[in-house]
Amino acid sequence: MDIVVLVKQVPDTESLVQIADDGVSIKTQDIKWIMNPYDELAVEEALQIKEAQGGTVTILTLGPEKAVETIRTALAMGADQGIHICDPAAEGSDALAAAKLLAAALKDLPYDLIIAGHRAVDEDNYQVAAAVAEFMGIPQISMVNKVVVSDGKITCHRTIEGGTVVVENSLPALFTTQRGLNEPRYASLPGIMKAKKKPVDVKTVADLGVDGGSVGAANRKVKIKAFNLPPERQAVRMIQGEAAADKAAELLKILHEEIKII
Amino acid sequence: MAQGVFAITEQRDGELRKVSFEAVSEGRRVADGLGADLTAVVLGSGIEGLAEELKKYGPDKILVADDAALADYTTDAYTNVLAELIQSSDPAVIITGASAQGKDLSGRLAARLDAGLAMDCVEIKLDNGNLTYTRPMFGGKIVAKVEIEGSPQIVAIRPNVMDIVENSKEPAIEKPAVQVGDLKTKIIEMKMETGDKPELTEADIIVSGGRGTGGDYAAVEELANELGAAVGASRSAVDEGWRPHSDQVGQTGKTVSPNLYVACGISGAIQHLAGMSTSKYIVAINKDEEAPIFSKADFGIAGDLFEVLPAIIAEVKKLK
Repeated sequence: MDIVVLVKQVPDTESLVQIADDGVSIKTQDIKWIMNPYDELAVEEALQIKEAQGGTVTILTLGPEKAVETIRTALAMGADQGIHICDPAAEGSDALAAAKLLAAALKDLPYDLIIAGHRAVDEDNYQVAAAVAEFMGIPQISMVNKVVVSDGKITCHRTIEGGTVVVENSLPALFTTQRGLNEPRYASLPGIMKAKKKPVDVKTVADLGVDGGSVGAANRKVKIKAFNLPPERQAVRMIQGEAAADKAAELLKILHEEIKII
Repeated sequence: MAQGVFAITEQRDGELRKVSFEAVSEGRRVADGLGADLTAVVLGSGIEGLAEELKKYGPDKILVADDAALADYTTDAYTNVLAELIQSSDPAVIITGASAQGKDLSGRLAARLDAGLAMDCVEIKLDNGNLTYTRPMFGGKIVAKVEIEGSPQIVAIRPNVMDIVENSKEPAIEKPAVQVGDLKTKIIEMKMETGDKPELTEADIIVSGGRGTGGDYAAVEELANELGAAVGASRSAVDEGWRPHSDQVGQTGKTVSPNLYVACGISGAIQHLAGMSTSKYIVAINKDEEAPIFSKADFGIAGDLFEVLPAIIAEVKKLK
Protein backbone atom coordinates (compact mmCIF):
# COMPACT_ATOMS: atom_id res chain seq x y z
CA MET A 1 0.00 0.00 0.00
CA ASP A 2 1.60 3.25 -1.13
CA ILE A 3 0.20 6.22 0.75
CA VAL A 4 0.75 9.93 0.15
CA VAL A 5 -0.06 12.32 2.98
CA LEU A 6 -0.69 15.99 2.24
CA VAL A 7 0.60 18.18 5.03
CA LYS A 8 0.81 21.89 5.67
CA GLN A 9 2.79 24.00 8.10
CA VAL A 10 0.53 26.43 9.97
CA PRO A 11 0.75 28.82 12.93
CA ASP A 12 0.33 27.11 16.29
CA THR A 13 -3.33 27.28 17.34
CA GLU A 14 -2.20 28.74 20.68
CA SER A 15 -0.54 31.64 18.82
CA LEU A 16 -1.94 35.11 18.88
CA VAL A 17 -2.45 36.11 15.25
CA GLN A 18 -1.66 39.71 14.30
CA ILE A 19 -2.30 41.51 11.06
CA ALA A 20 0.76 42.59 9.06
CA ASP A 21 1.23 46.16 7.83
CA ASP A 22 -0.03 45.28 4.34
CA GLY A 23 -3.45 44.54 5.88
CA VAL A 24 -3.92 41.32 3.91
CA SER A 25 -1.54 38.93 5.64
CA ILE A 26 -0.41 38.07 9.16
CA LYS A 27 2.78 38.93 10.99
CA THR A 28 4.95 35.87 10.72
CA GLN A 29 7.70 36.77 13.15
CA ASP A 30 7.09 35.53 16.73
CA ILE A 31 4.85 32.76 15.45
CA LYS A 32 5.53 29.17 16.36
CA TRP A 33 4.93 26.96 13.33
CA ILE A 34 3.49 23.48 13.63
CA MET A 35 2.14 20.71 11.46
CA ASN A 36 -1.56 21.34 10.83
CA PRO A 37 -3.23 19.33 13.65
CA TYR A 38 -5.52 17.45 11.25
CA ASP A 39 -2.48 16.49 9.14
CA GLU A 40 -0.90 14.90 12.21
CA LEU A 41 -3.89 12.57 12.28
CA ALA A 42 -3.32 11.87 8.57
CA VAL A 43 0.35 10.98 9.10
CA GLU A 44 -0.53 8.76 12.06
CA GLU A 45 -3.23 6.91 10.12
CA ALA A 46 -0.88 6.38 7.16
CA LEU A 47 1.77 4.94 9.48
CA GLN A 48 -0.73 2.61 11.13
CA ILE A 49 -1.91 1.32 7.75
CA LYS A 50 1.69 0.86 6.61
CA GLU A 51 2.60 -0.96 9.82
CA ALA A 52 -0.33 -3.35 9.33
CA GLN A 53 -0.09 -3.85 5.58
CA GLY A 54 3.38 -2.79 4.43
CA GLY A 55 4.12 -0.20 1.76
CA THR A 56 5.44 3.33 1.80
CA VAL A 57 4.37 6.67 3.24
CA THR A 58 5.31 9.79 1.29
CA ILE A 59 4.81 13.26 2.71
CA LEU A 60 3.87 15.96 0.22
CA THR A 61 3.85 19.61 1.16
CA LEU A 62 3.63 23.01 -0.49
CA GLY A 63 5.23 25.87 1.34
CA PRO A 64 8.24 28.10 1.84
CA GLU A 65 11.67 26.79 2.76
CA LYS A 66 10.94 26.41 6.44
CA ALA A 67 7.98 24.13 5.66
CA VAL A 68 10.57 21.38 5.35
CA GLU A 69 10.47 21.30 9.18
CA THR A 70 6.98 19.84 8.91
CA ILE A 71 8.17 17.19 6.47
CA ARG A 72 11.01 16.32 8.88
CA THR A 73 8.49 16.00 11.72
CA ALA A 74 6.46 13.51 9.67
CA LEU A 75 9.62 11.62 8.67
CA ALA A 76 10.60 11.48 12.34
CA MET A 77 7.18 9.99 13.14
CA GLY A 78 8.05 7.22 10.65
CA ALA A 79 7.21 8.33 7.10
CA ASP A 80 9.66 7.26 4.39
CA GLN A 81 10.26 10.23 2.15
CA GLY A 82 9.20 13.77 1.47
CA ILE A 83 8.39 15.94 -1.49
CA HIS A 84 8.52 19.67 -0.96
CA ILE A 85 7.03 22.00 -3.55
CA CYS A 86 9.07 25.05 -2.74
CA ASP A 87 9.10 27.98 -5.11
CA PRO A 88 8.59 31.71 -4.48
CA ALA A 89 6.31 31.67 -7.55
CA ALA A 90 3.92 29.36 -5.68
CA GLU A 91 3.72 31.40 -2.50
CA GLY A 92 0.34 32.89 -1.74
CA SER A 93 -1.50 30.44 -4.00
CA ASP A 94 -5.18 30.07 -3.26
CA ALA A 95 -6.72 26.67 -2.51
CA LEU A 96 -7.43 25.83 -6.13
CA ALA A 97 -3.89 26.68 -7.30
CA ALA A 98 -2.39 24.82 -4.33
CA ALA A 99 -4.41 21.77 -5.31
CA LYS A 100 -3.19 22.06 -8.92
CA LEU A 101 0.42 22.02 -7.72
CA LEU A 102 -0.14 19.10 -5.36
CA ALA A 103 -1.95 17.16 -8.09
CA ALA A 104 0.92 17.81 -10.50
CA ALA A 105 3.38 16.35 -7.99
CA LEU A 106 1.09 13.34 -7.43
CA LYS A 107 1.05 12.49 -11.13
CA ASP A 108 4.63 11.22 -10.87
CA LEU A 109 4.02 9.19 -7.72
CA PRO A 110 2.63 5.71 -7.31
CA TYR A 111 -0.17 5.73 -4.73
CA ASP A 112 -3.16 3.71 -3.60
CA LEU A 113 -4.35 6.14 -0.99
CA ILE A 114 -4.05 9.87 -0.29
CA ILE A 115 -4.75 11.18 3.21
CA ALA A 116 -5.10 14.83 4.19
CA GLY A 117 -6.43 16.93 7.04
CA HIS A 118 -10.01 18.06 6.42
CA ARG A 119 -8.87 21.65 6.64
CA ALA A 120 -5.76 23.62 7.43
CA VAL A 121 -6.33 25.74 10.52
CA ASP A 122 -4.82 28.85 8.91
CA GLU A 123 -7.01 29.64 5.89
CA ASP A 124 -9.80 27.23 6.92
CA ASN A 125 -10.69 26.59 3.29
CA TYR A 126 -11.81 22.93 3.56
CA GLN A 127 -11.03 22.80 -0.13
CA VAL A 128 -7.57 21.63 -1.12
CA ALA A 129 -8.14 17.91 -0.53
CA ALA A 130 -11.42 17.86 -2.46
CA ALA A 131 -9.81 19.69 -5.36
CA VAL A 132 -6.82 17.32 -5.39
CA ALA A 133 -9.22 14.35 -5.53
CA GLU A 134 -11.07 15.98 -8.42
CA PHE A 135 -7.87 16.66 -10.35
CA MET A 136 -6.71 13.07 -9.78
CA GLY A 137 -10.13 11.71 -10.77
CA ILE A 138 -10.51 9.72 -7.55
CA PRO A 139 -13.21 9.68 -4.87
CA GLN A 140 -12.89 11.80 -1.74
CA ILE A 141 -14.33 10.97 1.66
CA SER A 142 -14.41 13.93 4.04
CA MET A 143 -14.00 14.26 7.82
CA VAL A 144 -13.37 10.62 8.56
CA ASN A 145 -13.06 9.36 12.14
CA LYS A 146 -12.71 5.66 11.39
CA VAL A 147 -11.25 3.84 8.42
CA VAL A 148 -10.71 0.25 7.31
CA VAL A 149 -8.57 -0.55 4.28
CA SER A 150 -8.62 -4.07 2.84
CA ASP A 151 -8.84 -5.93 -0.46
CA GLY A 152 -8.45 -2.82 -2.57
CA LYS A 153 -11.39 -1.21 -0.80
CA ILE A 154 -11.68 1.54 1.76
CA THR A 155 -14.54 1.86 4.24
CA CYS A 156 -14.78 5.22 5.96
CA HIS A 157 -16.93 6.63 8.72
CA ARG A 158 -17.64 10.14 7.56
CA THR A 159 -18.79 12.52 10.28
CA ILE A 160 -21.83 14.65 9.50
CA GLU A 161 -24.14 16.73 11.69
CA GLY A 162 -25.66 14.40 14.25
CA GLY A 163 -24.00 11.18 13.18
CA THR A 164 -21.79 9.32 10.74
CA VAL A 165 -22.20 7.86 7.28
CA VAL A 166 -20.33 4.67 6.50
CA VAL A 167 -19.23 4.67 2.87
CA GLU A 168 -17.23 2.27 0.76
CA ASN A 169 -15.00 3.10 -2.19
CA SER A 170 -12.48 1.21 -4.21
CA LEU A 171 -8.87 2.38 -4.21
CA PRO A 172 -7.27 4.64 -5.19
CA ALA A 173 -9.12 7.18 -3.06
CA LEU A 174 -8.52 10.19 -0.87
CA PHE A 175 -9.90 10.76 2.59
CA THR A 176 -9.63 13.63 5.04
CA THR A 177 -9.22 13.28 8.77
CA GLN A 178 -11.39 14.34 11.67
CA ARG A 179 -10.50 14.39 15.38
CA GLY A 180 -11.18 11.03 16.99
CA LEU A 181 -9.52 9.07 14.17
CA ASN A 182 -6.42 8.29 16.22
CA GLU A 183 -3.93 9.76 18.67
CA PRO A 184 -0.89 10.95 16.71
CA ARG A 185 2.41 9.61 18.03
CA TYR A 186 5.30 11.80 19.06
CA ALA A 187 8.53 11.53 17.14
CA SER A 188 11.08 9.48 19.08
CA LEU A 189 14.69 10.55 19.39
CA PRO A 190 15.91 7.70 17.13
CA GLY A 191 13.11 8.68 14.76
CA ILE A 192 14.37 12.24 14.67
CA MET A 193 17.92 11.05 13.97
CA LYS A 194 16.76 8.74 11.19
CA ALA A 195 14.61 11.46 9.65
CA LYS A 196 17.70 13.52 8.90
CA LYS A 197 18.86 10.88 6.43
CA LYS A 198 15.54 10.31 4.71
CA PRO A 199 15.17 11.81 1.22
CA VAL A 200 13.28 15.05 0.64
CA ASP A 201 12.84 15.95 -3.00
CA VAL A 202 12.42 19.67 -3.71
CA LYS A 203 10.29 20.65 -6.71
CA THR A 204 9.72 24.00 -8.36
CA VAL A 205 6.62 25.04 -10.27
CA ALA A 206 8.53 24.52 -13.52
CA ASP A 207 9.65 21.01 -12.41
CA LEU A 208 5.99 20.10 -12.07
CA GLY A 209 5.13 21.41 -15.51
CA VAL A 210 2.57 23.83 -14.06
CA ASP A 211 2.01 27.18 -15.75
CA GLY A 212 3.45 29.84 -13.44
CA GLY A 213 0.67 32.16 -14.61
CA SER A 214 -1.93 30.01 -12.85
CA VAL A 215 -0.42 29.92 -9.35
CA GLY A 216 0.94 32.25 -6.69
CA ALA A 217 -0.44 35.31 -4.95
CA ALA A 218 -0.88 37.29 -8.19
CA ASN A 219 -3.11 34.65 -9.74
CA ARG A 220 -5.54 34.00 -6.92
CA LYS A 221 -9.17 33.64 -7.94
CA VAL A 222 -10.06 34.34 -4.34
CA LYS A 223 -8.51 37.75 -3.68
CA ILE A 224 -7.95 38.82 -0.12
CA LYS A 225 -9.02 42.44 0.18
CA ALA A 226 -8.58 42.96 3.90
CA PHE A 227 -7.81 41.22 7.13
CA ASN A 228 -9.60 42.53 10.22
CA LEU A 229 -9.66 41.48 13.82
CA PRO A 230 -13.04 40.22 15.03
CA PRO A 231 -15.15 43.01 16.50
CA GLU A 232 -14.52 43.55 20.21
CA ARG A 233 -17.36 42.92 22.56
CA GLN A 234 -18.39 45.51 25.09
CA ALA A 235 -16.86 45.00 28.49
CA VAL A 236 -18.36 42.06 30.34
CA ARG A 237 -21.20 42.79 32.73
CA MET A 238 -20.36 40.86 35.89
CA ILE A 239 -23.48 39.76 37.68
CA GLN A 240 -23.39 40.60 41.35
CA GLY A 241 -25.26 38.98 44.17
CA GLU A 242 -24.82 37.45 47.58
CA ALA A 243 -25.60 33.81 46.88
CA ALA A 244 -25.55 31.72 43.71
CA ALA A 245 -29.37 31.89 43.68
CA ASP A 246 -29.30 35.70 43.54
CA LYS A 247 -26.83 35.70 40.66
CA ALA A 248 -28.84 33.05 38.81
CA ALA A 249 -32.05 35.05 39.24
CA GLU A 250 -30.37 38.19 37.95
CA LEU A 251 -28.89 36.36 34.93
CA LEU A 252 -32.26 34.86 34.03
CA LYS A 253 -33.88 38.25 34.31
CA ILE A 254 -31.40 39.59 31.78
CA LEU A 255 -31.70 36.65 29.40
CA HIS A 256 -35.47 36.43 29.61
CA GLU A 257 -36.66 40.02 30.01
CA GLU A 258 -33.84 42.23 28.76
CA ILE A 259 -32.41 40.47 25.72
CA LYS A 260 -35.32 38.00 25.43
CA ILE A 261 -33.18 35.10 24.37
CA ILE A 262 -34.77 32.42 26.54
CA MET B 1 -22.23 36.25 -19.86
CA ALA B 2 -22.92 34.45 -16.66
CA GLN B 3 -25.90 35.74 -14.75
CA GLY B 4 -28.32 34.71 -12.09
CA VAL B 5 -27.92 33.18 -8.68
CA PHE B 6 -28.13 29.51 -7.74
CA ALA B 7 -28.98 28.45 -4.20
CA ILE B 8 -28.19 24.79 -3.62
CA THR B 9 -30.36 23.37 -0.86
CA GLU B 10 -29.79 20.36 1.32
CA GLN B 11 -32.20 17.65 2.40
CA ARG B 12 -31.75 14.66 4.62
CA ASP B 13 -34.35 11.86 4.67
CA GLY B 14 -36.57 14.02 2.51
CA GLU B 15 -36.53 16.97 4.91
CA LEU B 16 -34.90 20.27 4.05
CA ARG B 17 -32.23 21.34 6.46
CA LYS B 18 -32.34 24.79 8.01
CA VAL B 19 -29.25 26.00 6.15
CA SER B 20 -31.24 25.53 2.93
CA PHE B 21 -33.64 28.30 3.92
CA GLU B 22 -30.68 30.46 4.84
CA ALA B 23 -29.08 29.83 1.43
CA VAL B 24 -32.30 30.60 -0.49
CA SER B 25 -33.04 33.72 1.59
CA GLU B 26 -29.51 35.00 1.11
CA GLY B 27 -29.72 34.05 -2.57
CA ARG B 28 -32.87 36.18 -2.90
CA ARG B 29 -31.13 39.17 -1.34
CA VAL B 30 -28.06 38.77 -3.58
CA ALA B 31 -30.15 38.22 -6.71
CA ASP B 32 -32.20 41.36 -5.96
CA GLY B 33 -29.00 43.32 -5.50
CA LEU B 34 -27.66 42.10 -8.82
CA GLY B 35 -31.00 42.51 -10.60
CA ALA B 36 -30.87 38.81 -11.42
CA ASP B 37 -33.04 35.73 -11.07
CA LEU B 38 -32.72 33.24 -8.24
CA THR B 39 -32.84 29.52 -8.93
CA ALA B 40 -33.16 27.15 -5.97
CA VAL B 41 -31.90 23.63 -6.59
CA VAL B 42 -33.03 20.63 -4.60
CA LEU B 43 -31.62 17.14 -5.09
CA GLY B 44 -33.01 13.89 -3.76
CA SER B 45 -35.36 11.05 -4.49
CA GLY B 46 -39.14 11.51 -4.42
CA ILE B 47 -38.71 15.06 -3.20
CA GLU B 48 -41.16 16.98 -5.37
CA GLY B 49 -42.96 18.22 -2.25
CA LEU B 50 -39.88 20.11 -1.12
CA ALA B 51 -40.33 22.63 -3.90
CA GLU B 52 -43.55 23.78 -2.19
CA GLU B 53 -41.60 24.53 0.96
CA LEU B 54 -38.89 26.45 -0.90
CA LYS B 55 -41.42 28.75 -2.57
CA LYS B 56 -41.77 30.67 0.67
CA TYR B 57 -38.28 32.09 0.39
CA GLY B 58 -38.76 33.67 -2.99
CA PRO B 59 -36.90 31.83 -5.76
CA ASP B 60 -37.87 32.68 -9.36
CA LYS B 61 -37.28 29.11 -10.36
CA ILE B 62 -36.87 25.78 -8.60
CA LEU B 63 -34.92 22.94 -10.17
CA VAL B 64 -35.88 19.55 -8.76
CA ALA B 65 -33.24 16.92 -9.50
CA ASP B 66 -35.03 13.71 -8.65
CA ASP B 67 -33.25 10.39 -8.96
CA ALA B 68 -32.94 7.30 -6.77
CA ALA B 69 -29.15 7.78 -6.76
CA LEU B 70 -29.60 11.24 -5.20
CA ALA B 71 -31.59 10.05 -2.16
CA ASP B 72 -28.59 10.41 0.15
CA TYR B 73 -25.67 12.72 -0.46
CA THR B 74 -22.62 11.35 -2.22
CA THR B 75 -19.85 13.54 -3.57
CA ASP B 76 -19.82 11.94 -6.99
CA ALA B 77 -23.55 11.87 -7.79
CA TYR B 78 -24.24 15.37 -6.45
CA THR B 79 -21.18 16.91 -8.13
CA ASN B 80 -21.99 15.28 -11.47
CA VAL B 81 -25.59 16.46 -11.46
CA LEU B 82 -24.89 19.96 -10.19
CA ALA B 83 -21.96 20.56 -12.53
CA GLU B 84 -24.24 19.80 -15.46
CA LEU B 85 -27.08 22.01 -14.19
CA ILE B 86 -24.64 24.83 -13.54
CA GLN B 87 -22.98 24.52 -16.91
CA SER B 88 -26.28 24.69 -18.73
CA SER B 89 -27.65 27.66 -16.72
CA ASP B 90 -24.34 29.54 -16.35
CA PRO B 91 -25.11 31.33 -13.05
CA ALA B 92 -22.78 34.09 -11.82
CA VAL B 93 -23.09 33.18 -8.15
CA ILE B 94 -23.70 29.85 -6.43
CA ILE B 95 -24.66 29.78 -2.77
CA THR B 96 -24.64 26.68 -0.63
CA GLY B 97 -24.39 25.91 3.08
CA ALA B 98 -21.01 25.31 4.69
CA SER B 99 -22.41 22.19 6.34
CA ALA B 100 -20.65 18.82 6.27
CA GLN B 101 -22.32 18.22 2.91
CA GLY B 102 -21.75 21.72 1.58
CA LYS B 103 -18.07 21.77 2.49
CA ASP B 104 -17.47 18.44 0.78
CA LEU B 105 -19.52 19.39 -2.26
CA SER B 106 -18.37 22.96 -2.83
CA GLY B 107 -14.66 22.08 -2.79
CA ARG B 108 -15.18 19.41 -5.40
CA LEU B 109 -17.53 21.53 -7.49
CA ALA B 110 -15.14 24.50 -7.46
CA ALA B 111 -12.35 22.30 -8.81
CA ARG B 112 -14.58 20.82 -11.49
CA LEU B 113 -15.81 24.24 -12.63
CA ASP B 114 -12.42 25.94 -12.11
CA ALA B 115 -14.28 28.45 -9.94
CA GLY B 116 -13.24 30.49 -6.94
CA LEU B 117 -14.81 29.42 -3.66
CA ALA B 118 -15.29 31.48 -0.50
CA MET B 119 -15.80 28.94 2.28
CA ASP B 120 -17.77 29.38 5.49
CA CYS B 121 -18.86 32.97 4.86
CA VAL B 122 -20.66 34.92 7.54
CA GLU B 123 -21.64 37.89 5.36
CA ILE B 124 -22.12 38.72 1.68
CA LYS B 125 -21.84 42.42 0.83
CA LEU B 126 -23.17 43.96 -2.34
CA ASP B 127 -21.64 47.13 -3.62
CA ASN B 128 -22.51 48.33 -7.13
CA GLY B 129 -22.88 44.82 -8.41
CA ASN B 130 -19.64 43.69 -6.76
CA LEU B 131 -19.78 40.98 -4.16
CA THR B 132 -17.49 40.91 -1.16
CA TYR B 133 -17.46 37.90 1.12
CA THR B 134 -16.60 38.00 4.80
CA ARG B 135 -15.07 34.84 6.13
CA PRO B 136 -13.30 33.98 9.37
CA MET B 137 -9.80 32.55 9.02
CA PHE B 138 -7.32 31.19 11.56
CA GLY B 139 -10.28 29.67 13.36
CA GLY B 140 -11.90 33.08 13.78
CA LYS B 141 -8.87 35.02 14.98
CA ILE B 142 -8.98 36.95 11.70
CA VAL B 143 -11.99 38.09 9.71
CA ALA B 144 -11.08 38.33 6.03
CA LYS B 145 -12.85 40.21 3.26
CA VAL B 146 -12.42 38.42 -0.05
CA GLU B 147 -13.55 38.87 -3.62
CA ILE B 148 -13.73 36.22 -6.29
CA GLU B 149 -12.52 36.70 -9.83
CA GLY B 150 -14.32 35.08 -12.73
CA SER B 151 -17.51 33.11 -12.71
CA PRO B 152 -19.21 31.31 -11.30
CA GLN B 153 -18.39 32.50 -7.81
CA ILE B 154 -19.14 29.84 -5.24
CA VAL B 155 -19.94 30.85 -1.70
CA ALA B 156 -20.60 28.44 1.16
CA ILE B 157 -22.39 30.17 4.03
CA ARG B 158 -21.83 29.28 7.66
CA PRO B 159 -24.97 27.62 9.08
CA ASN B 160 -26.97 29.56 11.66
CA VAL B 161 -25.65 33.00 10.68
CA MET B 162 -27.69 34.39 7.76
CA ASP B 163 -31.30 35.47 8.25
CA ILE B 164 -34.18 33.40 6.96
CA VAL B 165 -36.60 35.73 5.17
CA GLU B 166 -40.00 34.70 3.87
CA ASN B 167 -40.76 36.26 0.53
CA SER B 168 -43.37 34.14 -1.15
CA LYS B 169 -43.36 33.86 -4.94
CA GLU B 170 -44.93 31.61 -7.50
CA PRO B 171 -41.81 30.19 -9.10
CA ALA B 172 -41.46 28.02 -12.17
CA ILE B 173 -40.76 24.46 -11.07
CA GLU B 174 -38.70 22.36 -13.44
CA LYS B 175 -37.65 18.77 -13.26
CA PRO B 176 -34.64 18.46 -15.52
CA ALA B 177 -33.45 15.04 -16.66
CA VAL B 178 -30.32 14.30 -14.68
CA GLN B 179 -27.30 12.14 -15.37
CA VAL B 180 -25.81 10.90 -12.12
CA GLY B 181 -22.88 9.44 -14.07
CA ASP B 182 -20.40 6.80 -13.01
CA LEU B 183 -20.75 6.39 -9.24
CA LYS B 184 -17.89 5.13 -7.12
CA THR B 185 -19.21 5.69 -3.62
CA LYS B 186 -21.43 3.13 -1.95
CA ILE B 187 -23.30 4.11 1.20
CA ILE B 188 -23.25 1.20 3.63
CA GLU B 189 -25.00 2.72 6.61
CA MET B 190 -26.15 5.98 8.17
CA LYS B 191 -25.56 5.95 11.91
CA MET B 192 -27.52 8.83 13.36
CA GLU B 193 -27.76 9.76 17.00
CA THR B 194 -31.28 9.37 18.23
CA GLY B 195 -33.23 11.94 20.18
CA ASP B 196 -33.93 15.50 19.29
CA LYS B 197 -30.85 17.15 20.72
CA PRO B 198 -29.77 19.90 18.33
CA GLU B 199 -26.46 19.60 16.55
CA LEU B 200 -23.71 21.88 17.82
CA THR B 201 -23.29 23.93 14.63
CA GLU B 202 -27.04 24.39 14.27
CA ALA B 203 -28.07 24.98 17.86
CA ASP B 204 -29.62 28.26 18.99
CA ILE B 205 -28.21 27.75 22.47
CA ILE B 206 -25.05 25.91 23.52
CA VAL B 207 -24.09 25.05 27.09
CA SER B 208 -20.42 24.22 27.09
CA GLY B 209 -18.24 22.74 29.81
CA GLY B 210 -14.50 22.79 30.31
CA ARG B 211 -11.84 21.73 32.74
CA GLY B 212 -13.77 23.31 35.60
CA THR B 213 -16.39 20.56 35.37
CA GLY B 214 -13.80 18.05 36.49
CA GLY B 215 -15.54 15.65 34.12
CA ASP B 216 -18.92 15.96 35.82
CA TYR B 217 -21.29 17.10 33.08
CA ALA B 218 -24.56 16.35 34.88
CA ALA B 219 -25.39 20.01 35.57
CA VAL B 220 -24.21 21.15 32.11
CA GLU B 221 -26.41 18.50 30.51
CA GLU B 222 -29.40 19.28 32.70
CA LEU B 223 -29.22 22.97 31.85
CA ALA B 224 -28.86 22.10 28.16
CA ASN B 225 -31.93 19.87 28.40
CA GLU B 226 -33.97 22.57 30.11
CA LEU B 227 -33.02 25.08 27.41
CA GLY B 228 -33.26 22.70 24.43
CA ALA B 229 -29.58 23.41 23.91
CA ALA B 230 -26.64 21.46 22.56
CA VAL B 231 -23.76 20.48 24.83
CA GLY B 232 -20.28 21.65 23.88
CA ALA B 233 -16.84 21.13 25.38
CA SER B 234 -13.41 22.69 25.46
CA ARG B 235 -10.41 20.97 23.99
CA SER B 236 -9.02 20.02 27.39
CA ALA B 237 -12.31 18.36 28.34
CA VAL B 238 -12.19 16.32 25.13
CA ASP B 239 -8.52 15.49 25.62
CA GLU B 240 -9.39 14.23 29.12
CA GLY B 241 -11.90 11.90 27.50
CA TRP B 242 -14.84 13.51 29.29
CA ARG B 243 -16.68 14.34 26.09
CA PRO B 244 -16.60 12.98 22.51
CA HIS B 245 -14.57 14.80 19.84
CA SER B 246 -17.79 15.81 18.13
CA ASP B 247 -18.58 18.11 21.09
CA GLN B 248 -15.37 20.13 20.82
CA VAL B 249 -15.69 23.86 20.16
CA GLY B 250 -12.60 25.74 19.00
CA GLN B 251 -10.00 26.14 16.32
CA THR B 252 -9.35 22.40 16.23
CA GLY B 253 -13.01 21.55 16.71
CA LYS B 254 -16.23 23.15 15.60
CA THR B 255 -16.81 26.82 15.03
CA VAL B 256 -20.21 27.76 16.39
CA SER B 257 -22.49 30.79 16.15
CA PRO B 258 -25.45 30.24 18.46
CA ASN B 259 -27.64 33.02 19.82
CA LEU B 260 -26.46 32.14 23.32
CA TYR B 261 -23.26 30.42 24.38
CA VAL B 262 -22.95 29.51 28.05
CA ALA B 263 -19.35 28.70 28.95
CA CYS B 264 -19.10 26.78 32.23
CA GLY B 265 -15.73 26.24 33.82
CA ILE B 266 -13.94 27.17 30.60
CA SER B 267 -10.92 29.40 31.15
CA GLY B 268 -10.89 30.66 27.56
CA ALA B 269 -7.80 29.36 25.76
CA ILE B 270 -7.20 31.40 22.62
CA GLN B 271 -8.11 28.49 20.35
CA HIS B 272 -11.43 27.98 22.17
CA LEU B 273 -12.33 31.68 22.02
CA ALA B 274 -11.69 31.61 18.26
CA GLY B 275 -14.36 28.95 17.83
CA MET B 276 -17.20 30.65 19.68
CA SER B 277 -16.56 34.37 19.40
CA THR B 278 -19.23 34.86 16.71
CA SER B 279 -21.94 33.76 19.15
CA LYS B 280 -24.54 36.49 19.58
CA TYR B 281 -24.47 36.49 23.39
CA ILE B 282 -21.89 34.83 25.60
CA VAL B 283 -22.37 34.01 29.27
CA ALA B 284 -19.32 32.87 31.24
CA ILE B 285 -19.40 31.11 34.58
CA ASN B 286 -16.01 30.60 36.18
CA LYS B 287 -14.49 30.48 39.64
CA ASP B 288 -11.52 32.56 38.52
CA GLU B 289 -12.53 36.18 38.07
CA GLU B 290 -9.38 36.76 36.02
CA ALA B 291 -10.13 33.96 33.49
CA PRO B 292 -9.68 35.16 29.87
CA ILE B 293 -13.19 33.90 29.02
CA PHE B 294 -14.64 36.97 30.77
CA SER B 295 -12.89 39.26 28.27
CA LYS B 296 -15.02 37.72 25.48
CA ALA B 297 -18.26 37.39 27.43
CA ASP B 298 -21.27 39.72 27.58
CA PHE B 299 -22.34 38.51 31.00
CA GLY B 300 -20.23 36.88 33.65
CA ILE B 301 -20.78 35.11 36.91
CA ALA B 302 -17.76 34.60 39.13
CA GLY B 303 -18.55 31.50 41.11
CA ASP B 304 -18.47 27.75 41.47
CA LEU B 305 -20.36 26.22 38.55
CA PHE B 306 -21.61 23.42 40.83
CA GLU B 307 -23.47 26.05 42.85
CA VAL B 308 -24.34 28.44 40.02
CA LEU B 309 -25.65 25.92 37.47
CA PRO B 310 -28.23 24.28 39.79
CA ALA B 311 -29.43 27.77 40.72
CA ILE B 312 -29.78 28.70 37.04
CA ILE B 313 -31.58 25.42 36.31
CA ALA B 314 -34.04 26.20 39.12
CA GLU B 315 -34.67 29.66 37.65
CA VAL B 316 -35.18 28.24 34.14
CA LYS B 317 -37.74 25.79 35.54
CA LYS B 318 -39.63 28.70 37.08
CA LEU B 319 -40.14 30.15 33.61
CA LYS B 320 -42.09 27.12 32.47
